[in-house]
Amino acid sequence: MNNIIEHYRGEHAATKDRLPGAGLDWLDTSRDAALTIFGEKGFPARGMEDWKYTNVRPIEKRPFRLARETASDAAIDTRLCGDMACHRIVFVDGRYSRHLSEPGNPSAPITVKDLHTALLEDADTLEAHLGKIADVSRNGFSALNMALMNDGACISIADNAVPERPIHLMFLSSGKEEITSQTRILVMAGAGSQATIIESYHSATGNVYFNNITTEIRVAADASVEHYKLQHESNKAFHIATLHVEQARDSTFTSFSVSMGAQLARNDINIWMNDEGANCDLYGLYMADGRQHTDFHTRIDHASPHCNSREIYKGILDGHARAVFNGQVHIHPDAQKSAAEQTNNNLLLSRNAEVDTKPQLEIHADDVTASHGATIGQLDDNMIFYLRSRGLDYHTAHALLVYGFAHDIVEKMTIEPLRHHLQATLAGRIPGLDRPHELASGG
Amino acid sequence: MSADNQEVRELAQKEYEHGFVTDIQADTLPPGLDEDVIRAISAKKNEPQWMLEWRLDAYEKWLKMTPPQWPHLRIQPIDYQAISYYSAPRQGDGPKSLDEVDPKLLETYNKLGIPLEEQKMLAGVTDMAVDAVFDSVSVKTTFTRQLEEAGVIFCSISEAMHKHPALVQQYLGTVVPKTDNYYAALNCAVFTDGSFVYIPKGTRCPMELSTYFRINAQNTGQFERTLIIADEGSHVSYLEGCTAPIRDENQLHAAVVELVAMENAEIKYSTVQNWYPGDETGKGGIYNFVTKRAECRGDHSRVSWTQVETGSSITWKYPSCVLKGDNSVGEFYSVALSSLAQQADTGTKMIHLGRNTSSTIVSKGISAMKGQNAYRGLVQVNKNAENARNYTQCDSLLLGDTCGAHTFPYMEVKNPTARVEHEATTSRIGEDQLFYCRQRGISEEDAVSMIVNGFCKEVFRELPMEFAVEAQKLLSVSLEGAVG
Repeated sequence: MNNIIEHYRGEHAATKDRLPGAGLDWLDTSRDAALTIFGEKGFPARGMEDWKYTNVRPIEKRPFRLARETASDAAIDTRLCGDMACHRIVFVDGRYSRHLSEPGNPSAPITVKDLHTALLEDADTLEAHLGKIADVSRNGFSALNMALMNDGACISIADNAVPERPIHLMFLSSGKEEITSQTRILVMAGAGSQATIIESYHSATGNVYFNNITTEIRVAADASVEHYKLQHESNKAFHIATLHVEQARDSTFTSFSVSMGAQLARNDINIWMNDEGANCDLYGLYMADGRQHTDFHTRIDHASPHCNSREIYKGILDGHARAVFNGQVHIHPDAQKSAAEQTNNNLLLSRNAEVDTKPQLEIHADDVTASHGATIGQLDDNMIFYLRSRGLDYHTAHALLVYGFAHDIVEKMTIEPLRHHLQATLAGRIPGLDRPHELASGG
Repeated sequence: MSADNQEVRELAQKEYEHGFVTDIQADTLPPGLDEDVIRAISAKKNEPQWMLEWRLDAYEKWLKMTPPQWPHLRIQPIDYQAISYYSAPRQGDGPKSLDEVDPKLLETYNKLGIPLEEQKMLAGVTDMAVDAVFDSVSVKTTFTRQLEEAGVIFCSISEAMHKHPALVQQYLGTVVPKTDNYYAALNCAVFTDGSFVYIPKGTRCPMELSTYFRINAQNTGQFERTLIIADEGSHVSYLEGCTAPIRDENQLHAAVVELVAMENAEIKYSTVQNWYPGDETGKGGIYNFVTKRAECRGDHSRVSWTQVETGSSITWKYPSCVLKGDNSVGEFYSVALSSLAQQADTGTKMIHLGRNTSSTIVSKGISAMKGQNAYRGLVQVNKNAENARNYTQCDSLLLGDTCGAHTFPYMEVKNPTARVEHEATTSRIGEDQLFYCRQRGISEEDAVSMIVNGFCKEVFRELPMEFAVEAQKLLSVSLEGAVG
């Protein structure tokens, strides 16, 4: 453990002059403080309740390094989702790639900048917002991200602005060496604005790397933000991501989180509903196979009255995979008239897969309705029988039902190209399924 | 609203109904805990050498352990040296009949509404045997002969140690090991008494067995140990009920209950717990830190836990089932009420090991005033537990805006043939429900009591009749006026 702390201290010392915002006093102070916290905490241990089922020792064993220069020739098709019109910002190995990005001239009322540029041009704004929602002392990963954050994006949407196109942040791994990227994303949605933000993670090869991402989203009053996260990392990668959202009065936040890659993927989603009338919907889909380990920890804080939250997470486990789901809903004292719903369904397709789920409610107000449900099981024999009695063979019937199980989440996505992309990905991952939609519509 | 608050205040100030201290001389060890105290307890109970060694071993292990920090509870640190670990009512050579029992003791039971004389007279009607536990020593065992005829052993555990040492040695500590947790280890070291039940092969216990616990002497922690063994094809229903007098200092109760069900055996264990909950600031009141576990060792065995927890200032209790035998069944039905400043962290563990095992969990939590109620449960399906089935339902009812209800269900599934379902809801009594009742001339209090009883019905119907009545009464008394 001490070795790895020393290693990251060394990384900090070696790169600190070139990290974004180097020379800004407030940022240097924050980074140093975070490094001290990381030194004290190290990586989370299994003994901690939040990490009970997830072992991060493999990350600790490898001395990952920050990419020193921007790779320019990543052999990755950046045309995810076909020709979706969007503001696309591309990062390779955690560093902003100017020539792969197609920002599409975002002009006021929206600005999309990489972290280096943002810290040069809007240092004062960032001082007021960066790291203000995310708690740096939450765990070793949060601290490490603050100390070493080497790139990322800063998105700001003016009051009442409604950008026509989604903003797509694309993170590619070239898979050259054991690289870590410490990414920070900051989104500020002004009052009454509407925005769609996509984060996606891809890899060119099946190499080992470590992505540690912290995303902060501030949703101002009456604003509406849709956040999509697609995680298609290499099957050997480590992916640790934390999303912090703070919602103001009458704001709406919708999150879609799809986790398919990585040998170890951990997603923390924290929603803080700060004022009355806030509304949030969280949808998640995780698929794991082989020896993959996927972990979702969500926490919704109803800190004010009259807020609603809805959460649906679905998981499909095959091979020796293991999935962890922990969904917390906290209803604070005096947060009356809160409504919270949570569902977690898991499909176990193999003898060696495992699911550990823990839906958790903590309620300190009385005039509320809160419910959660969780199921773990396999496909219903009656459903398979129904399809077989209509002439489908067992494998097709099975595949179609698995597809349908996952599609519940996909069909809720509002961006059509993204939906098609995921439908195709699903069809590719479920054996025995070529054109599920034709099958489903009786073709 | 203000009228209701008035009622709440009145209720909070109402003296605990069962709060009285029986003034009889007790044979008590001075406070403190060390090896000598354990030797003294063992000597007083005339225990065999292996038992003393077992206790000392547990004590040594306990010293190295720390109290669990994970419960959703605020516990004042406990000074284990300030507790007296042995207290026996002075009885001379022990009574040979009811007439010889200390009349004050009998009076205590009278106040509780379960007089031994009546028990004796009503024997034919209620069919109940009471192994009355007054503080730490079993005072009176009734109906022994009837049970003897059936071959059932029902006695205090210290008596069993002398009369049936082989059975005790064979089973004691096999379900809850000495190092299971901090409080269980403490219990192993210092337990003073408890009940022992053995139901022989193919026997259906002719009556419901019942132990009434009562904490009496001041500053005496009560460390009960219960061991129930149901041999092949047997059946037993066991009732446990508790009340305690008013106290200023927190009293520690760390009991251990072990159940063993062999092939085709069935054990039904019911508890009504109504210990002193402390005052509205949480002062006084019992610390109820109990380890209860059942092992379904044989195929087709069945264990059912039913509990109604209305008392204690802090409850920390997870009656569990280890489903080892194929086709074994575990059940857990619970009503937990936390009012005043009570805190409860309770639930169950269902460990599925055998094939075709099934478990049902129904937990109803009611929080009122400043009460904090947490359900914490684990459903674990292991690799070889083919076709395991679990259904969990945990509902919480909130009365008042300063109480809290929490749910921490853990589900760990390692077998794809398992079907595990969990459902939880939290709500308060609907204004429309209350309005409906009041519109029909039912007073608000009666309406609340009716709705709460309806909420708990699924659990109450699992209780034996006598207990169901007591439980309903307890609940309405505890909740009077607690709605706003």
